[in-house]
Amino acid sequence: MTATTSSSAATATPAPLTDATRDEASLRRFLHGLPGVDQVGVEQRAAGLGTRSIKKAAKLWAIDTAISMVDLTTLEGADTQGKVRALAAKAKRPDPERPDTPQVAAVCVYPDMVETAVEALRGTGIHVASVATGFPAGRTSREIKLADTKIAVDAGAAEIDMVIDRGAFLQGRYLAVFEEIQAIKAACGSAHLKVILETGELATYDNVRRASWLALLAGGDFIKTSTGKVSPAATLPVTHVMLQAVHDWFAQTGELRGVKPAGGIRTTKDAIKYLVAVHEVAGEQWLTPDLFRFGASSLLNDLLLQRRTQADGHYSGPDYVTVD
Amino acid sequence: MGIFEYAPAPESRDLANLKPHYRPFVNGEFVDGSGEPLKTINPATEEVLAEVGTASVSDVDTAVKAARKAYTGVWSKMPGSERAKYLFRIARLIQERSRELAVLESLDNGKPIKESRDSDVPTAAAHFFYHAGWADKLDYAGYGPNPRPLGVAGQVIPWNFPLLMLAWKIAPALATGNTVVLKPAETTPLTALVFAEICQQAELPPGVVNILPGAGDIGAALVGHGDVNKVAFTGSTDVGKAIQRQVAGTSKKLTLELGGKAANIVFDDAALDQAVEGIVNGIFFNQGHVCCAGSRLLVQESIAEELLEKLRYRVSTLRLGDPLDKNTDIGAINSAEQLAKIKGLVESGDAEGAQRWTSPCPVPERGFFFAPTVFSDVQQSMRIAREEIFGPVLSVLTFRTPDEAVTKANNTPYGLSAGIWTEKGSRILWMANQLRAGVVWANTFNRFDPAAPFGGYQESGFGREGGRAGLEAYLDV
Repeated sequence: MTATTSSSAATATPAPLTDATRDEASLRRFLHGLPGVDQVGVEQRAAGLGTRSIKKAAKLWAIDTAISMVDLTTLEGADTQGKVRALAAKAKRPDPERPDTPQVAAVCVYPDMVETAVEALRGTGIHVASVATGFPAGRTSREIKLADTKIAVDAGAAEIDMVIDRGAFLQGRYLAVFEEIQAIKAACGSAHLKVILETGELATYDNVRRASWLALLAGGDFIKTSTGKVSPAATLPVTHVMLQAVHDWFAQTGELRGVKPAGGIRTTKDAIKYLVAVHEVAGEQWLTPDLFRFGASSLLNDLLLQRRTQADGHYSGPDYVTVD
Repeated sequence: MGIFEYAPAPESRDLANLKPHYRPFVNGEFVDGSGEPLKTINPATEEVLAEVGTASVSDVDTAVKAARKAYTGVWSKMPGSERAKYLFRIARLIQERSRELAVLESLDNGKPIKESRDSDVPTAAAHFFYHAGWADKLDYAGYGPNPRPLGVAGQVIPWNFPLLMLAWKIAPALATGNTVVLKPAETTPLTALVFAEICQQAELPPGVVNILPGAGDIGAALVGHGDVNKVAFTGSTDVGKAIQRQVAGTSKKLTLELGGKAANIVFDDAALDQAVEGIVNGIFFNQGHVCCAGSRLLVQESIAEELLEKLRYRVSTLRLGDPLDKNTDIGAINSAEQLAKIKGLVESGDAEGAQRWTSPCPVPERGFFFAPTVFSDVQQSMRIAREEIFGPVLSVLTFRTPDEAVTKANNTPYGLSAGIWTEKGSRILWMANQLRAGVVWANTFNRFDPAAPFGGYQESGFGREGGRAGLEAYLDV
C-alpha cells in the first residue's frame, strides 16, 4: 500500500463517499439514498428567512459583502473587447466617486474574451472567470469541452464555470456526468471549477440535491445554480438546498466548497435574502467571496445605488451609477 | 454573535395602546369587578404592564345573568344571517386592529411578534370569518334541521394563545346562538379586554359576550354556576379533571382541551432538512407553550445521530430575545412560575440520565427566558418523556420499526397530536390510522385552520373545536 494524498483535498474523503463513485450502480444508489427534499417545507423556510431585519449598519455590511461577492458577468453573443474592458473597469472601481467601495470578486466572460479580461484586470486581484464546456447548452463533444476549458485556462482564467450534461443527468447516467466533471476539473489545473447545475432544467429539488452531491463528489469547488439563459434561474429555495449540500459536505469531509446562485438576482433586497440564507443555512464561515458568489450583471448597480442611499440618506437614481 | 449582525427591528410598543387600568366586561360595559386587582407583567422585562380589575364570585353571577338575559331576549331569537353580520364585523375589526392586538399580545404573553402578527391574530380573525359563514347554515351542518343552541357558555382559556383561544371559544359559541362568559388566564388578560372593546365597536348586543379576568377561583365559580349550560375549557389536565368532577352529574355539556406529549416521528426516508424544520417548528414555536407541541421526537435509530447533528446546528441558529423584535424566533417564558416548572423538569432529565444539549444562544439577563434545549438518550420511563414540559425542551427517543414507532407514540396518557415524517405515502396513511391523536400531521407540524377540527384523546381531553365537528359542542343535538 502506498499512501496517496489528493492535491485539492485537505482531508481524506470518507470511505462511503469514495465507494459512492465506484461504478454506475453504486453512484445511483448513493444519490438516490440522499434524503429527499420536501417542496412545501423548503419553500416555507426560504420565505421565512426572507423576513430578517437588515437595516443601517447591518445593511451596509451586507451591501459591501454582496459587492465583494459579485461575479460581474457579460455573456452575450454580441460581446466585444470594448464591452469586456468596460466591465473590467467597472469591476475595479464599481463606484468611481466612492473609492471605499469594495471591488467585485471576478469578471465572468466567454473563453474568447478571457485574454482581454486578464489584460484589463492585471494586478487588481480580481479573478477572471470563464464559462467553458460549450456554454450554455453544453451540447457538444467531450473533446470540445476539454479544449474550451483549456483555452480559457491557458488564456489566464482563474475560474472555470462549466455546465453539466443535463441530458445525461435526467437519463440517469450519473457516472457520465461525474466523469465529465472530473475530466474538466483535471483540465482546470489550478483554476477553480464552478459546476453549473442548470437547476431550472433539473426541475425538482431532489434532482438539485443529487446534482449538487454529484458535483461535489467529482471535485467541483463551487456549485452554481444556472447559466442565466434558462428560466427559472436562481431561486431562494434552490439555493437553500445547495447551501445545505455544502454544509453537509463539510460535516462529512471537512472540506469547504462554495455556492453561486446566478441569474435573476437583480436587487439589493434579493441579494440580502441570499446572504441571510448563507448565514443561517450553510453557516457564517460561508460569508466570504471564497465560498459564495453572485452571478449577476445588473445586481451591482442596485447594490451601488443602495450603498449611496445608506450613506447619503436619500436615493440618487440610476443616472448616478455607471452603465457599462 | 457573529460577523453578520442583524439590525434590531422592534415593533413600537405604543401600537399596543396600553392603558394603566383594565376592567372586566359585563353586559356590554366595562365595570369595576369586586375581586382583588391583579398586575399583569411583561415576561420579557418583568415590568408591570397594567393593573387589571378582576371579578369576584358575585360578579360571576351578574355576568351569567346578563348572558342569560341576552340569550333569551335577543341572541337565540336572532336569525342566523343577522348573527353572521356581527361575527363578520368582529372579524374585520380584529383585522383592522391587528397590529395593536399583535403588539399587546407579545407584550403580555412574551411570544415573538412574528408569531403574534403572522399567526395568532390572523388565525383569530379567520375563526370569526369561518364561523360567521356557519351562522345561517346550521340546518346543513349535519345535525338535523334547526339545531338549537345550548344557552350560556362558560369558557375558561389558557395563557399560551390568549386571543386565539378566545376566538376558538367565542366564535363557534356565538355562531350557534349561545351567549358567553369567558375567563381569560390570570397572566394574559389584556387582549381579551381589547376584544371586549371590539364587541362594543361591533355593537354586539349587551350581555352576549362577557369577560371576567380572575384567577382559578373565578374559573371554578363560572364552571360551577347553576345557570351555565355549557362549559368549555382549555388548559392543564389537572384543572380539566377538576372541572370534569365539578360538572359531573349536572346537565352541562363539557368539552376539554388539555395537555399533550405529542410524538413527532421521523423515518429514515424522510426529507431530513425539512423534518428538522418541522421538529423545530413543532417544539420551539411559541417557546413550546403549545398543547399539541411535538415534544417527543421519535427518530428511527438508523438516522438518529445524523438527524441530531442537523437538529443541534439548526437549533443553535434560533434567535432568542426581545419578543417585539421581528428577528426573534423564541421569546420569553410566560411567567416565573412556568420557568421554574421547566427548570424542574429539565433537572429531572439530568438526574435520570438523559443527555442535555442547550443552544449556545445568548440569553437576556432580565425577563423569563429559557434557551432551547434538546435531550437525547431519553427513555420512555423518564419524566421528560412522559410529562408535559410546556417549554422549549425536546426529548429525543429512538425506534427501530414502524410498529415500535406506533407503540411508543401511543404509549402516553395524552393524545392530542402527532407528526409523521416519511416520503412513503402508504406509510403515512397506515400510521395515521394507528396513532391515537386528534390531529396527525404528515411532513408538516403545527398547522391550524378553522375548518380543521382539533381535540384530543384520553388525558388530552374530549370534544372538538373547529370545523363542522366543532359546532356540535355548542348545539343541542
